[in-house]
Amino acid sequence: MTIKPVVKTVTVKASPERAFEAFTANMGQWWPRGHTIGAAPFEAVVMEPRVGGRWYERAADGAQTNWGQVLAWEPPRRFVLAWQISADWAYDPNLMTEVEVTFEPQDGGTTAVTLEHRRLELFGERAQAMADQFDGGWVGVIQHFVDFVGA
Amino acid sequence: MANASRALAALGDATRREIFDRLAEGPSSVGALAARLPVSRPAVSQHLRVLKEAGLVEETPDGARRIYRIDPRGIGAMRDWLDQHWDRALAAFKDFVEEPQEPNE
Repeated sequence: MTIKPVVKTVTVKASPERAFEAFTANMGQWWPRGHTIGAAPFEAVVMEPRVGGRWYERAADGAQTNWGQVLAWEPPRRFVLAWQISADWAYDPNLMTEVEVTFEPQDGGTTAVTLEHRRLELFGERAQAMADQFDGGWVGVIQHFVDFVGA
Repeated sequence: MANASRALAALGDATRREIFDRLAEGPSSVGALAARLPVSRPAVSQHLRVLKEAGLVEETPDGARRIYRIDPRGIGAMRDWLDQHWDRALAAFKDFVEEPQEPNE
C-alpha cells in the first residue's frame, strides 16, 4: 500500500540561494511554534548542513530533541530530510518518511520552493514493526540505511 | 490528530492493510474478502470492525449481507495533519524569506 505524498509549492520573492539559506539555517525563525515535540518551546531548529547531519530542536535550556536527519544536501537547489516524527508527535529513530525540498529559479528573480513529504505508508508499517519488534523484521531492514548518531 | 493516530494504528496490522488494499480495489462483502484471504470469516469481520472504528471503511446493508468500502475521509485524516502542517509552515516560510533584509546583508 502506498499513500499519496503530500506535495506543496510556494513561490517566494527571493533567489534560490537566499530561499535555501532561510529554509535550512533559519528554520527556527519561521517554523510554526506549536508544531514541536520537545518538552519546552524551542529556541532554535538546527539542521546540520551535510549528509548524515542531525535535524533537531533546541530549547532555551539547551535540551535537544531529535526530529530526523539530512539524507541529501545539494545547496542551493535541493535537500532531503528523514522526518522521524511519528503520528503522535514523538521522535522515532526507526521511522524514515522523507521530506524533499527543491528550489527552482523562476522569472523575475523568484524561486519556486516545492516540498514533497513521501513514504507516508511507513507510518503504518512502523506501527507494525513496533508490534513485531521481537521478531526483528522491518527494524532489521531499516538498519541497512539508518545509522543514527546519538539517537 | 486523534483520527490520524487511530487510522495509523489500525493500518499497523498486516492483515488489516491487506483487507484495506482489497477494498481499495472495490467494495466487497465479508464472505468475498474471506475467500481471498488466508484468514477466517470471523477474523475478517473483526478486522473490518477495527478499520471501521478508525474511520477507514464504511458499511452498507445489501439484503442479508453487508458491503464494505473504503471511507475516503479516513485515509484523508491520516494525510490531513501533515497537509495542514506544511501549509502553515510554508506560508510562514514565505513571510520570513520575503521580509526586507538589512542593506548590508
